[in-house]
Amino acid sequence: MISMPYNLTEEQKELVAIAKQIAEEKIKPLREQYDEEQLFPEEIVKILGNSDLYRVFIPEEYDGLGMGVFEMALVTEELSRIDGGIALAYAGSALGAFPIILFGNEQQKKKYLPPIASGEKIAAFALTEPEAGSDAANVKTKAEKKDGYYLLNGTKQWITNGGYAGIYSVFANVDFERGIRGMTAFIVDRDTEGFEIGKKENKLGIRASDTRELIFNNCKVPTENIIGREGMGFRVGVATFDQSRPGVAAQALGIAQGAFEEALKYAHERVQFGKNIYSFQGVSFMIADMAIKIEAARALVYNVAKLVDSGAKRTGGYSAMAKTFASDVAMEVTTNAIQVLGGYGYMKDYPVEKMFRDAKVTQIYEGTNQIQREVIAIHLAKELARIPKK
Amino acid sequence: MNRVIVFIKQVPDTAELKIDPTTNTMIREGVPSIINPFDMYAIEEGIRIKEKWGDTEVVVVTMGPPQAETALREALSLGCDRAILLSDKKFAASDTYATSYILSCAVKKIGDYDVLITGKQASDGDTAQVGPGIASWLNIPSITYIRKIDEIRAGYAKVERMRNDGFDIIEVTGKFLMTVLKELNEPRIPSFRGKMAAKKAEIPIWSAEYLEADDGKIGFLGSPTRVVRAFSPPPKKGGIKVEGEDEETVNGLYNFLSENKML
Ligand SMILES: Cc1cc2nc3c(=O)[nH]c(=O)nc-3n(C[C@H](O)[C@H](O)[C@H](O)COP(=O)(O)OP(=O)(O)OC[C@H]3O[C@@H](n4cnc5c(N)ncnc54)[C@H](O)[C@@H]3O)c2cc1C
Repeated sequence: MISMPYNLTEEQKELVAIAKQIAEEKIKPLREQYDEEQLFPEEIVKILGNSDLYRVFIPEEYDGLGMGVFEMALVTEELSRIDGGIALAYAGSALGAFPIILFGNEQQKKKYLPPIASGEKIAAFALTEPEAGSDAANVKTKAEKKDGYYLLNGTKQWITNGGYAGIYSVFANVDFERGIRGMTAFIVDRDTEGFEIGKKENKLGIRASDTRELIFNNCKVPTENIIGREGMGFRVGVATFDQSRPGVAAQALGIAQGAFEEALKYAHERVQFGKNIYSFQGVSFMIADMAIKIEAARALVYNVAKLVDSGAKRTGGYSAMAKTFASDVAMEVTTNAIQVLGGYGYMKDYPVEKMFRDAKVTQIYEGTNQIQREVIAIHLAKELARIPKK
Repeated sequence: MNRVIVFIKQVPDTAELKIDPTTNTMIREGVPSIINPFDMYAIEEGIRIKEKWGDTEVVVVTMGPPQAETALREALSLGCDRAILLSDKKFAASDTYATSYILSCAVKKIGDYDVLITGKQASDGDTAQVGPGIASWLNIPSITYIRKIDEIRAGYAKVERMRNDGFDIIEVTGKFLMTVLKELNEPRIPSFRGKMAAKKAEIPIWSAEYLEADDGKIGFLGSPTRVVRAFSPPPKKGGIKVEGEDEETVNGLYNFLSENKML
């Protein structure tokens, strides 16, 4: 990887080395076909599991390695450098697991985290609905309290890993009159009665990622599967995003890095007017700009991930900055990478058109970049309010 | 407990080997080292047998300079249980006869075992002699070029041996040695925990004395092979292709076979 060196620990270097080996040896040969045919990478999930990579973000007590968001981001970046879609079978499981890691009780953690750590099961995060996108509090899925269980009714859409997960963090409302305070998070097992996997979406990019509709039809979820408490759902969601957004940022960063490396290599090989095109300043400066932006994004993403891992409070604004900046950089870099490759870049024979398609979603999911800027603006206003008035 | 012993070799990571014109041997300096690619399939198969059998120890052995320890650690990170390095100045310049003798001495020191595995050949020497050599010294059967294992349990195996013109199905009872092809399996990626444990593992170094090896059978003096000249063999000639419509091809083939007195 052509990039500024970071002072990683021995353990972090090993993780990156394993992720790189999987990406180069196992994912790269599949990526074109998996993108074309929208195949979910089941055998890659197995390899990631056997290599302990899903353990990275799980605490040691539950069969994990007890590492943090930073290490999860390093792995996600390295996988995304080769395939941002397949990488989501990894990062998406972290997103689905965070609610349990952050708010689950001992019993839930003991039951659900070890199979996520081993990769035996992957997790999914189910919040979005047709009428609840950016306005996530507007979920219409209803959770009706019964004796010892809740009956869930409603439909989720665009749920990553939806068709292949074993464990779902699902958001529903127990009492619409309470509005946002009725939002409640539940752990739903794949084989729960009344839970169905719906249609698979046909997408622009990250086509190897499985994006699904989930249908809850009198789905019987035991009361013990509530994450945190009744009414705490919104808090669970917000806290999860604070942890997971550096992961989306790392995905964007990896995609950008992959596209930049393709452009750099190609510009040295392609000859026009008797010279390689890198010798034209119009091209080489474009690539220099890519490198500058990627390095700036990486510095921000790594620092925010470490800040989150430090246990610092009020990190949401910074997570939002990392996600927004890195995803905007990914979109710009992948667009320009196609430009550097010209017509060849537009063709499927080269991977940059796929990277361009894959990059787009990082500006949309886990909160659009408009919503991120909203989060950042609110964060800044709150920080200003914290300064004591003279 | 069952035991599988896998033999590996550290080799230079390049197809572009330079030969020292005076000694007719390879120049190894400055070339990064890797596990002989064929041995990766031997390691993988050893681990798969352990996973299948349970209660099985996979021991990985190499003979080489102290740096060969890196290759052993990589094998440990993949899932081998322990590693042994055979290293001694006296081993230097051992040919395949001496090397297989030294490795067989190590087997005797390790103790009981069920299966011995090596790669089909080393990418630097390409002799394919060391595996069968070990088996000869130990007086056990060896089956080379295994492309598939139909069945394997302690004391019995049914395997497929690749040939130029097809394959043999071979059954074997008792202890045996096998040399394996890349068709046999797909080597795994190391796990993080495996890598960390491998870093800390203690790797004993066994000397000629410890192995109680006969000095007359090891090193340069114990090696009957003399390299007279190194050269590239002429490429194999392609076969003939009989073309045309059905009848033409059948007749063509018949004529070829009868002309060459093969019928
Ligand atoms: C491939 C993919 C995978 C996904 N995976 C998951 C998943 O695993 N789990 C899950 O729960 N969800 C998932 N989502 C959903 C995703 O989080 C939502 O798409 C996202 O939050 C935006 O919601 P929306 O698409 O309904 O857009 P809308 O909210 O309808 O927004 C439309 C446009 O309006 C803008 N907008 C909306 N409100 C405002 C505002 N207040 N101020 C300024 N601009 C605004 C938006 O920025 C956007 O440009 C996924 C989406 C995709 C595409």
